[in-house]
Amino acid sequence: MRLLHRQKWSIPYLLLAPGMAWLVVFFVVPMWYLGKMSLSQGLFPLFTFGWVWSNFHDAITAYQTQFVRSGVYAGIATVIALAVSYPLAYWIAFRGGRWKNLFLLLVIAPFFVTYLIRTLAWETILADNGIVVHTLQHLGILGSDGRLLATSAAVIAGITYNFLPFMVLPLYVSLEQIDGRLIEAAGDLYASKPRAFLRVTLPLSLPGVFAGVLLTFIPAAGDFINAQLLGTPRQYMIGNVIQSEFLAVRDYPTAAALSFVLMAAILVLVLIFARILGTERLTVSHV
Amino acid sequence: MRWVRHHLLTAYAVLALVYLFLPIAVVVAFSFNNPKGRFNYTWEGFTWKNWLDPFGYPGLGGALRVSIEIALLSSLVATILGTLIALALVRYRFRGGATTNLLIFIPMTTPEVVMGASLLALFVNWRMPQGFGTILIAHILFNISYVVVTVRARLVGFDRHLEEAAMDLGANEWVTFTRVTLPLIMPGIIAAALLAFALSIDDFVITYFNAGSTITFPLFVWGAARVATPPQINVIGTAIFVVAVSAMLANILFQNIRSRKGVVPV
Repeated sequence: MRLLHRQKWSIPYLLLAPGMAWLVVFFVVPMWYLGKMSLSQGLFPLFTFGWVWSNFHDAITAYQTQFVRSGVYAGIATVIALAVSYPLAYWIAFRGGRWKNLFLLLVIAPFFVTYLIRTLAWETILADNGIVVHTLQHLGILGSDGRLLATSAAVIAGITYNFLPFMVLPLYVSLEQIDGRLIEAAGDLYASKPRAFLRVTLPLSLPGVFAGVLLTFIPAAGDFINAQLLGTPRQYMIGNVIQSEFLAVRDYPTAAALSFVLMAAILVLVLIFARILGTERLTVSHV
Repeated sequence: MRWVRHHLLTAYAVLALVYLFLPIAVVVAFSFNNPKGRFNYTWEGFTWKNWLDPFGYPGLGGALRVSIEIALLSSLVATILGTLIALALVRYRFRGGATTNLLIFIPMTTPEVVMGASLLALFVNWRMPQGFGTILIAHILFNISYVVVTVRARLVGFDRHLEEAAMDLGANEWVTFTRVTLPLIMPGIIAAALLAFALSIDDFVITYFNAGSTITFPLFVWGAARVATPPQINVIGTAIFVVAVSAMLANILFQNIRSRKGVVPV
């Protein structure tokens, strides 16, 4: 193992340097500028820094509704995505046999169609004169003038669909790693199938659940495309606000403050969630 | 009862797959639609004409070209930078490893609007004109973390004895790396590059914040969706889908063949 023994202390740093430099210059530094912007005031394009903490207070008060809505929509979408993905990932991991990789590809494949085009397709599917609306009206679930498009349901459905691979993949990885002999052992010790699942398989797959929930909830909470294309301003989420404050209104300080509040809110929710599941240790190594 | 349960799960999985492919079926079907108005939302009749003239809609060809150029360049650079980081993280113990891991991890958990906004703040501060260059910078940035994670997964399961054997047979470190290590982790590197390419060509949000007047394919779809949805959009969408899935399939088959021949010990 000469490669290891003779290593000079500088080799890992040389390997890291170019990539880490990129991350520092284009991720850390921009965050610092964004932070400065959130404490500035003025009108585009002249903003002056001055510890304007009221930006945060104003931003939260003005857009409280959108913040809460983002959390609720993303939360519901994450729960539905988990319910859809778990059995699917379980099936691929335990019943996929030698076709596992192929099934996995089938799961990811739809997401090679451009995000926006996928969402436009849902617009077609949920349209007022589409099959889904007609069927639901026939069954009496939807009133004769009821619609799906431009409702919260449509936006949540869109979010659920669009972030599904972020749920399926980590679930699959953790389920696939489970040693089948452990489940057999539970059976040998007279655990019923459901009990073996609840006491062995499910706990062992929790790191995957944790990673999946995280990777789904975070982009979902910041999303604005689904609300824009499948909803109306009454369904707008915090992402829509940040986007328009930056690119249409050009009120950079407010938009920057909103961005930080969003990040902070997500961080707090993640920490609470980690506490509940008790899997903080496992996150970094599993994502 | 066991039989029912067994097949209940299979039925559920099939249903889930149908759900996943439903919108894709719509996209493909509507690429053959012959819409009467400017919007491609209702079925009006079958036609080949969109496929025969995919760039017939003004601006579409140029936008796709920009997207492909950025995807190629950004996936190439990100794959190189990310692979080097993955090698350092797996192969060496060094001070600052935890910080490095954190810096890889955080960008993946940052909402896209926030990442796009922070880059906008940077470019505005630096008075850097937005366009092709800024899009490229942004795409390389968000791709690096995904490359590191993908290549690292391959490196962790790597049998170091193969390298020792090469060295015992007289190969120096460089030869060992290029003739043994690199070929063995190549499937991981290719998978990472494909993933980076796919993420780049699909990105809308971060690009939207940093594009200036440059138009990529997703930006074109976004702009077009307000005034019209030409079926050519579906044609290009379907084409990207077919190419990407074929490439992934080829990578999987290639790995299977190699492992069956015993080239890669699995």
